[in-house]
Amino acid sequence: MTAFWILAPIMVAAALGILFVRKAVHAAMLLAVVMVSLAVLYAALEAPFLFAVQIIVYTGAILMLFLFVLMLVGVDASDSLIETIRGQRVTAIVLGLLLGSTLVVGLSQISLGTVVGMEEANAGGNVEELANILFSRYVFAFEATSALLITAAMGAMVLAHRERLNTKVTQSSLAAQRMKDYAESGKHPGPLPAPGVFARHNAVDTPALLPDGTASPASISRVLAARGTVRSAPALAEDFDHMARQLGVNPTEGPEVAGKTGATASSEEEQA
Amino acid sequence: MSLTPYIVLSAILFTIGSVGVLTRRNAIVVFMCVELMLNASNLALVTFAKQHGNLDGQLAAFFVMVVAAAEVVIGLAIIMTIFRTRRSASVDDASLLKY
Repeated sequence: MTAFWILAPIMVAAALGILFVRKAVHAAMLLAVVMVSLAVLYAALEAPFLFAVQIIVYTGAILMLFLFVLMLVGVDASDSLIETIRGQRVTAIVLGLLLGSTLVVGLSQISLGTVVGMEEANAGGNVEELANILFSRYVFAFEATSALLITAAMGAMVLAHRERLNTKVTQSSLAAQRMKDYAESGKHPGPLPAPGVFARHNAVDTPALLPDGTASPASISRVLAARGTVRSAPALAEDFDHMARQLGVNPTEGPEVAGKTGATASSEEEQA
Repeated sequence: MSLTPYIVLSAILFTIGSVGVLTRRNAIVVFMCVELMLNASNLALVTFAKQHGNLDGQLAAFFVMVVAAAEVVIGLAIIMTIFRTRRSASVDDASLLKY
């Protein structure tokens, strides 16, 4: 019972968390906590086969399916707090408390009698004994399950299938479109220029410099530009000055270093 | 050693799941709460299997797991189709039959 008394509060807390967290991904993670703890409880209840199946099927397959769909639907989709039916939430909580207290009080008052235990039932091994029952007494249920699984797989394929409404975009049509854009609007047909590569910074936030020394906006992600985190060429120069001061070189003098060409001077300063 | 605490825990988890189904709006979270209820009933089944010393309860829990897997596949596919047409996974937005 030690495992039970450790895991039961964790499970109840995680299950309550599902009710209160705003993000669906957090709810999925809390559900994973509940399911793995439940697997441990199955092991404690002498059901090793269900212990494995719980982890493999529930935590491994079903929960991953939930996470896949969450990623497809959008991770940031969180609940709205507007009630469409007035008083629904309060009523639901009151009814839930009623149901819970009824169940808990009722169940704690009954006595279940002595526990028989699984020693006899699991005598030939849990998996073997389960297989014996599954393929003799429950064989029709088992066959029906297989039909159900096939139907579910077919249904999922039919539901997830989407007819293609327009023709498929191929590489040649993309190339033709690019050349057409170039002819009509002068849009550059080639790839965008890469971010700048300097001695200190080849990060994506460093813009490429055009021949006239200005930064090329096309070389920087639009997101970075909107955030205002693009490094400008003057800021880079200040960085080099700062570095030079740290190295003890006076950036204003030293014409033998900085005087050759403006562009290569900074890299040579670093080597100095 | 009595197994009553396991049954009580199963009842508590089932209640939490049902409250979640009634209060949450995101269809996927509602689905997770349904899974929680199925898991709670599984715990009760396995507990009673140990109580009575036979394997039928464990086998029933196994069948519940299989049906839950099929149900999740179809349910999530339905949520995906609804999301495709209505751009939302909220259960409030699927109200076309109401009017």
